[in-house]
Amino acid sequence: MEDVHGGYGEADVLHGVSMRVEAHEVVAIVGSNGAGKSTAMKAVFGLARVSRGRILLDGADIANRQPDRIVREGVCFVPQTENVFPTLSVDENLDIGGFTLKEGVRERKDGVYALFPDLVAKRRQAAGQLSGGQRQMVAMGRALMLRPRLLLLDEPTAGLSPLYMDQIFKIVRDVNATGVAVLMVEQNARQALAIADRGYVLATGRNRHEGTGAELIADPAVAESFLGG
Amino acid sequence: MDILQLLLYGVVLGSIVALGAVGVTLTFGILGFANFAHGDLMAFGAYVALVAYTWLALPLWLALPAAVAATVALALLVDALVFRRFRTRRPIVLLISSFGVALILRSLIQIGFGPGTVLYSTRIQIAERFWGLRVKPDQIVIVALTLVLVVLLHLFLSRTRTGKAMRAMADNPTLARLSGIDTENVIRWTWAIGGALAAVAGVCLGLNSRLSPEMGWFLLLAVFAAAILGGIGRPYGAILGGYVVGICVEMSNLVLPAEYSPVVPFALLVVMLIVRPTGLFAGRSG
Ligand SMILES: Nc1ncnc2c1ncn2[C@@H]1O[C@H](COP(=O)(O)OP(=O)(O)O)[C@@H](O)[C@H]1O
Ligand SMILES: [Mg+2]
Repeated sequence: MEDVHGGYGEADVLHGVSMRVEAHEVVAIVGSNGAGKSTAMKAVFGLARVSRGRILLDGADIANRQPDRIVREGVCFVPQTENVFPTLSVDENLDIGGFTLKEGVRERKDGVYALFPDLVAKRRQAAGQLSGGQRQMVAMGRALMLRPRLLLLDEPTAGLSPLYMDQIFKIVRDVNATGVAVLMVEQNARQALAIADRGYVLATGRNRHEGTGAELIADPAVAESFLGG
Repeated sequence: MDILQLLLYGVVLGSIVALGAVGVTLTFGILGFANFAHGDLMAFGAYVALVAYTWLALPLWLALPAAVAATVALALLVDALVFRRFRTRRPIVLLISSFGVALILRSLIQIGFGPGTVLYSTRIQIAERFWGLRVKPDQIVIVALTLVLVVLLHLFLSRTRTGKAMRAMADNPTLARLSGIDTENVIRWTWAIGGALAAVAGVCLGLNSRLSPEMGWFLLLAVFAAAILGGIGRPYGAILGGYVVGICVEMSNLVLPAEYSPVVPFALLVVMLIVRPTGLFAGRSG
């Protein structure tokens, strides 16, 4: 993502955001509310307008492409809100996640259930009736059905109890260990940076800081304004 | 009149309303607007069957698939020519344009067939008697056909890839696109299914009473009431809503003069919107 400007309607929210994710990396994006973190992710999927700059996937510019095209390139996205199909069962949510697969949906589902054993007992339940933590698991499971090269997670632990939070962070690491690059926005910045290879701090639609996870945690300027001191 | 007899008529009318309401609720769920042309799609189907039956002298069981095919084609054509162009606009734009489509279809039928009423067949059907109830063979066909179609619809929505994609898109269109679903394809399926059910409903309506260019338009209020009663966007709710509306309309004959039965769906709709705007059968989610 190179010097991306863009937003919704007429107004720009992003005023020059640049980020990079290498294969097999975990990269965290932190920053205060309204900084444009979600918008940056949506821009990758053509859900927010890109008016300037480039978004490159293996060198090809994918800015303003349709979401279903980008998914076929092996990039999957778990939005911050409304990230499950509420009236579909857990199993059907996963089926939809594997929509573009020609075969092997069942094996992929077994793989997702192995990653989220809590969901096995709920497979016939409507996703809208699950708890927040379980819904987040369904949301991640749906996105993992395609075995993406790159997974975008927008605040996967928002509103979750510490127990679920640790579980989600562990799963992010497990997923990454299978070769999936992860780009995640997190409010729980300290924990996110701790598991991330690198991180970016965004403020008012611009890059503010960047570095390895450890560097950012150690940086007093970052700690003071974005990690709660 | 006997309550059971009215109940039976209600189930027959309810079947027709249900078939129409499924189409309305699917287009609403997928495309996000109330399609005012749906009643006239029903009328179109009824008149195609009339042409096939009386002019081409096809038997009715062949006239029905002809009506279905023609109505599906029409629905897809209207989408490509009109609705597709307004896809990214606000729903009100689509709603108003559907009003325009409704007027055009109705006028075309009137130009072709005149403003009067027509019957599929002037042959009088002898009503059979079962346990004291009068039942015409056509009525049995209408109810049986509806039940078969409801089962098929259920299998489609719950078992097939496209059916699940359709429900997913009704639930959350953005996430559907993020899952790689080709939304234009789902939209075409929606029109195809809505159009097919509308054609069957139209033919059944013609069988049950008579054909007129306004037949679909007059039924539209009942169809909308059923869709809203069922919780708009929910196909199973629309089917139940159809039977509730049909039965209430016929039962109203117990207490109201027959001329007043058209206000029954309207009254149901108003009461519903005040008391339970999310539908009779609304659960927690969606
Ligand atoms: N769909 C939208 N339409 C218009 N403005 C939006 C939309 N979503 C977010 N915004 C605005 O964009 C800005 C950045 O939002 P967002 O990217 O969600 O921030 P963050 O995820 O960093 O908290 C905010 O000022 C917000 O009001
Ligand atoms: Mg956000």
